[in-house]
Amino acid sequence: MLKVRIIPCLDVKDGRVVKGINFVDLVDAGDPVEQAKHYSENGADEICFLDISASLEKRETMINVVKETAKEVFIPLTVGGGISSIDNIKSLLKAGADKVSINSAAIKNPEIVKQSSDYFGSQCIVVAVDVKKINNNWLVHSHGGTIKTNLEALEWLEKIQDLGAGEILLTSMDRDGTKLGFDLELLNHASKILKIPVIASGGVGKMQHFYDGVKKGKANALLAASVFHFNEFSIKDVKKYLNSKNISVRL
Amino acid sequence: MQKKITIIDYGSGNILSAQQSFIKVSQEYEINAEVKISNNHKDIKNSTHLVLPGQGAFLSCMNGLKNTPGIIDAIYEFAQIKKHPFLGICVGMQLLAEDSEENGNHKGLGWINGNIKALPKKNLKMPHMGWNITTPCNTLSNNLISQKEDFYFVHSYYFKCRFRENILAETLYGITFPSIVAKENIYGVQFHPEKSSSQGLKLIKSFLTK
Repeated sequence: MLKVRIIPCLDVKDGRVVKGINFVDLVDAGDPVEQAKHYSENGADEICFLDISASLEKRETMINVVKETAKEVFIPLTVGGGISSIDNIKSLLKAGADKVSINSAAIKNPEIVKQSSDYFGSQCIVVAVDVKKINNNWLVHSHGGTIKTNLEALEWLEKIQDLGAGEILLTSMDRDGTKLGFDLELLNHASKILKIPVIASGGVGKMQHFYDGVKKGKANALLAASVFHFNEFSIKDVKKYLNSKNISVRL
Repeated sequence: MQKKITIIDYGSGNILSAQQSFIKVSQEYEINAEVKISNNHKDIKNSTHLVLPGQGAFLSCMNGLKNTPGIIDAIYEFAQIKKHPFLGICVGMQLLAEDSEENGNHKGLGWINGNIKALPKKNLKMPHMGWNITTPCNTLSNNLISQKEDFYFVHSYYFKCRFRENILAETLYGITFPSIVAKENIYGVQFHPEKSSSQGLKLIKSFLTK
C-alpha cells in the first residue's frame, strides 16, 4: 500500500536556512544540508527547499546547496522558488534535485510546464499553486502570494495537469500560518479533479490536521514547516499518530 | 580487491544522486570502492559492478543508450558474456525487458523475459509516486532484500515478467507488480534505492556484495 508522505519545508535565503529547525543543537543551524539531514534521519519522506533569495546571483548558491545535500541526504529533494526557465530546472536537477517546483513562471507562461515535463519527465515537475478565497472565488496568486491573478484555482489545476505537471503543491493562503488546519474544502475539490498526486500545504497546527488532510481532504502528501521547525511535534509523532488512526505511513 | 563501480551516463536523469549513494555505502560499510559516472566503454570493461539508471520515457532512455557509441555492446559483454553484477534502476530496469508499450511499442534490451505495461489506473493517482512496501517472493540468497521494506517509487509502467522465477520481490499498487527482478547476475529494481534512505543504502550494499 502506498504511504502518505510527510514533507518538511525549509526556507533558504542566499544559501542559508532562514526558516528551519529551532530546537536541535545543530552545529550550524543555518546550514541547509545539516537541517535536511536531520529531517531525513527523523522520518521525513521527502525534503522541500524553498529558495527565497531576492537576486539571481544569490540563487546560484542554491545549486551548491543542492550538490552538498545530495551527498548526505538519500530521500527525494524538491527545490522551488524563483525558477523561471528550462535552464534553471536543468541545473537544479543536474546538481542532484529530484523535483523542482514551479509557481509564478507557470502562471506567466504555462507552456513551461509542458516543455519541462516533456523534456525532463512529469515526475520531476511539481507545480506550486497558492490560493486565496476572494468574494467566494478561489483565486491563484503569484510571486509568493503577493500578486492576485484572475485564474480560478480549480480551472488552473486542471490546466496544469493537462500540460503535464507530475504533482501539485497546493497552498491555502487563507490558512497559511493560522494553525487552523488545511483548507479541506479546497483540498477535497482539488483532489477530486486531479489524477496526479496532491501535496497539501498551509495551516497545520495540530496532529489532527494531518489526519483530516488525508481523510477529508484526500491529500497524498502533507507539507508543513513551523510545527516541525519549532518541535511542536516531530515527524515521528505525526506518523505514529496517523498509523494509530489506520493511515498508512512509513515508520 | 577494490570494487570499481560505474554508473552509466547516457543523458538520463539525476545520476549524481546514484553516484553519491554508492559512495555513501562504500564509506559506511567500509567497502574499498571507486564510483565513476561514465559512458566510456573502457571504464565499463574495467568495472566490477555496473549500474544503469533511468528516468523519463522508455523510448528516450533507449535512444539515449543507442546514441552513446559502443555502449550497448560494452554492457552486453559485461553482463551477458562475463556475467558481472549489473543493476538497472527504474527505467534502467525496464530497459532490460523485451519491449515497452509506453507511447507505442519499443524494443528493449531483452535480457529478462517480459514486457513493460502501463499500470492500470483504477482511480489511482498516476504516477505511482511515494513509499510503498516491497515484499520478497523468496528467501534465496540471490535476493537483494531479506524482509519487507519500504522503498521510494516514481513510475506509471511496470515490468510484466514472463517467468515467475525472475521476480525477487513484489509491490501492490492497484495490481501486484514485480519491484525487484533478476536473472543470474542481472538485477533490476523499479524503485529508487538511491532515494530510499537507509533501506535503499542497504540494498545497494547487498548488490555490491554480489
